[in-house]
Amino acid sequence: MTALNELSLRETVARVRRREVSATEVTRAALARIAAVEPALGAFLTVCEPQALAAAAAVDRALAAGEDPGPLAGAAVALKDNICTAGIRTTAGSRMLERFVPAYDATVAARLRAAGAVLVGKCNLDEFAMGSSTENSALGVTRNPWDPERVPGGSSGGSAAAVAACECHAALGTDTGGSIRLPAGFCGVVGLKPTYGRVSRFGVIAYASSLDQVGPIARDVADAALVLAAIAGPDPRDATSAPHPLPPLDGLDGPVRGLRLGLPREYFVEGMQPAVETAVRAAVRVLEGLGAVVEPVSLPHTEHAVATYYLVATAEASSNLARYDGVRYGLRVPAASLGEMYEATRAAGFGAEVTRRIMLGTYVLSKGYYDAWYLKAQQVRTLIRRDFEAAFARCDALVTPVAPTTAFRRGERLADPLTMYLSDIFTISVNLAGLPALVLPCGVDEAGLPIGLQIVGRPFDEPTVLRTAAAYEGATDWHARRPPG
Amino acid sequence: MTQPALEAVIGLEVHAELLTRSKVFCGCSAAFGAPPDTNVCPVCLGMPGVLPVLNRRVVEFAIRAGLATHCRIAPRSVFARKNYFYPDLPKGYQISQYELPLCTGGHLDVLVDGTVRRIGLTRIHIEEDTGKNLHDVEDAASLVDFNRSGVPLLEIVSEPDLRSPAEAGAYLRMLRAILQYLEICDGNMEEGSFRCDANVSVRPHGQAGFGTKVEVKNMNSFRAVEKALAFEIARQTEALAAGERLRQETRLWDADREETRPMRAKEHADDYRYFPEPDLPPLVVDPAWVEEIRASLPELPGPRRERFEREYGLSAYDADVLTQRKDLADYFEAGVRAGAAPKEMANWTTTEVLRLVREEKLDAALVIREWPVTAAQVASLARLVQAGTITRSTAKALLPRLRGTGRDPAELVAAEGLAQVSDRGALERAVAEVLAAHPAQVAEYRAGKEKVLGFLVGRVMRASGGKANPQLVQELLRTALARETP
Repeated sequence: MTALNELSLRETVARVRRREVSATEVTRAALARIAAVEPALGAFLTVCEPQALAAAAAVDRALAAGEDPGPLAGAAVALKDNICTAGIRTTAGSRMLERFVPAYDATVAARLRAAGAVLVGKCNLDEFAMGSSTENSALGVTRNPWDPERVPGGSSGGSAAAVAACECHAALGTDTGGSIRLPAGFCGVVGLKPTYGRVSRFGVIAYASSLDQVGPIARDVADAALVLAAIAGPDPRDATSAPHPLPPLDGLDGPVRGLRLGLPREYFVEGMQPAVETAVRAAVRVLEGLGAVVEPVSLPHTEHAVATYYLVATAEASSNLARYDGVRYGLRVPAASLGEMYEATRAAGFGAEVTRRIMLGTYVLSKGYYDAWYLKAQQVRTLIRRDFEAAFARCDALVTPVAPTTAFRRGERLADPLTMYLSDIFTISVNLAGLPALVLPCGVDEAGLPIGLQIVGRPFDEPTVLRTAAAYEGATDWHARRPPG
Repeated sequence: MTQPALEAVIGLEVHAELLTRSKVFCGCSAAFGAPPDTNVCPVCLGMPGVLPVLNRRVVEFAIRAGLATHCRIAPRSVFARKNYFYPDLPKGYQISQYELPLCTGGHLDVLVDGTVRRIGLTRIHIEEDTGKNLHDVEDAASLVDFNRSGVPLLEIVSEPDLRSPAEAGAYLRMLRAILQYLEICDGNMEEGSFRCDANVSVRPHGQAGFGTKVEVKNMNSFRAVEKALAFEIARQTEALAAGERLRQETRLWDADREETRPMRAKEHADDYRYFPEPDLPPLVVDPAWVEEIRASLPELPGPRRERFEREYGLSAYDADVLTQRKDLADYFEAGVRAGAAPKEMANWTTTEVLRLVREEKLDAALVIREWPVTAAQVASLARLVQAGTITRSTAKALLPRLRGTGRDPAELVAAEGLAQVSDRGALERAVAEVLAAHPAQVAEYRAGKEKVLGFLVGRVMRASGGKANPQLVQELLRTALARETP
């Protein structure tokens, strides 16, 4: 019999709701798994055992009283630690917020709780979600469950590793330039970045406000859809959340016959790991076999995406991170004058990558440079968006690899930020255009490391993305592979 | 050779705190004067992850101000972040509007020395106020009170159209009157709900280009603005006359020493790194809503002043004093409606009533809703004087006694017998008694010394307790003295 922590989320919920197993038993199984693998894996920054057991007991009491505990009843979930949780420390992986305990829940945290999910812990990430390997966390090391010498991807590396290692049924990550999709790809799980505005950002520690989006990481497509349904929808506390509700996701197992899939030629580049290209092309053939119509498309401004991203994202970050000044909360390094206190606090509180991005962003917004950098980047962003609009005039979804390589070795790209930035070349455009995109496993390389397939949809067309992914998943069993241990 | 006279060029930047119940980007109370840090929440404290949500009422207030000053209301305007570090600025940036403000290109007609001057308005935009640093509560530390953080502000920027401190003062008074008429700002400079910075330069008359501009801050009354500008114009004029070059700088007004001083030089030039606020979508305003707001605007002080002159025959001065406050003008008109002659009502309102209002410090409120005496009571008093029922001095003495009573003064006059005594029989008896008691004076009068009549009138008045109708007393005395001539 499959252990409780290895069951799918929806199977777990079904059993809890049928009272075949208690939420408390499910939670204890997750906590036991966490205790067993965490010393080696390092996916979590905080495990909230007492709160989790209390939440599970509440679900059990509700069920005993004949009440509906919600569509995620008893599921063990984890949150990336840039998602605020009332009474539970939220660090953003930074010395700056190492002891910061919010007084409020992020909307997504509150919605998961209201749906009956049990929060077991907060997951490691690159500091303030800036990075592609989780190596920029100031508070811990997270390893790839498939190979401890490899990175889990980033910045939601802890969330993806925790789901892959069956420490929880699903987790939330945030994705600003690929931070859900890259680690999902590297860890062999499903990650969905919803359309910008689909999910509330309230209570999510901002990195780049016009790009940030919260989304689910799960072990299969249906579980990801279930979590999305629980967190999506308008939020009066986020003025950028879209007014339209998520359409029902019950047609996910529908056919893909006749679906037009675009294969962007700019996403099959020189220097790609051959196994990645092979696996993705094989996956496309599987979809063709299911009746989808595949055709080449072009997204000609793709080559400018990384540069554009690092202008827009760093500009917004330089402003978003100004509030960490030592005055009201978080780290404060005392000094003789106000100016020195600011400098000492921020120097001690921020790591190298965060500092680099704040400096870049400050520069691009400076008097005399704004037009040449920030404004130009916004114009290129419009061109990138138009590339996708043109492609979606002909296609219902696009299919690409999630990254040019599988998980790389720890430390390998730390010395060279530019190489690290190129890990995101296939994910960043999607954020610039605000589109929904899902990554799911579609193979392994020579070393047995997972390869991720990315499916990109039209704005607010998560249903088509999910249906395409579910069809592929139904025809293959890459999603059923589990890392060793 | 004398230096050619220089002309001052002044532009004003006003920050007006709006009277919405809640703050501009969160639900906290925007009230002034609460204990420190009690009107705060994660949003206005700039906690991690929180987001601003625009208060629609703020937009409505801003549109009211824009329409009342003849601005164009942009169908689409954009919020922007103004980035700088300061302890009273919790997010490290202020949410404001920059390239695309809500209101542009308006004007204000201002009465200066009897002529109307049209002053251009560059723009009006919405922004959030900062918290307040408190430096003298604790010895070793400065504290910050965030109650004011996120209170909605309008920034109202004039064109450099003002030419004298008096014009600047008149502009500010008119602007404040308009905001008060609209009931969107209480205009209290001491409490900081209406703040003004000035840009001032001088240039030879007839020169089109501008001189070197100096920004003057820290003026917390209209008088201070006028004095600071006068000082600054004189300083710049003298400096130029002495052949000095002026520096573009910011100077602070020192109210005690009555001078401007350069502000401590900042370590580096300001670069606010403005960029569009990604947490707020562009502000799109429905033109139908704008028209709805336009239709709901009250009559504004300028047109009302003109109407008071025309309709009530008031002097320009009285009309101006009455219309600078909507409540005062309303009070005046209520009195007229209650039957007072307009000029009488204007006199009573601008002198006796205002004196009472100031004594009770009621003028600090945006709108006086509870007057010490009602307009109807004052109208009744004015009518009693005009009808000769009571003397003017009786009326003035009576006014403070009406405070808070709601009583009709006519009733009080009757109850206390305060009416002028015009009863011939009673007065004839009093006259006879006075004449009998003062035979020497009677003889003097009859000998042709008519001045004695005044003495005799005084005696009769005293005997009547001041209530006798003086004209009637005089008439009766003359008659009696003539009749009894041997």
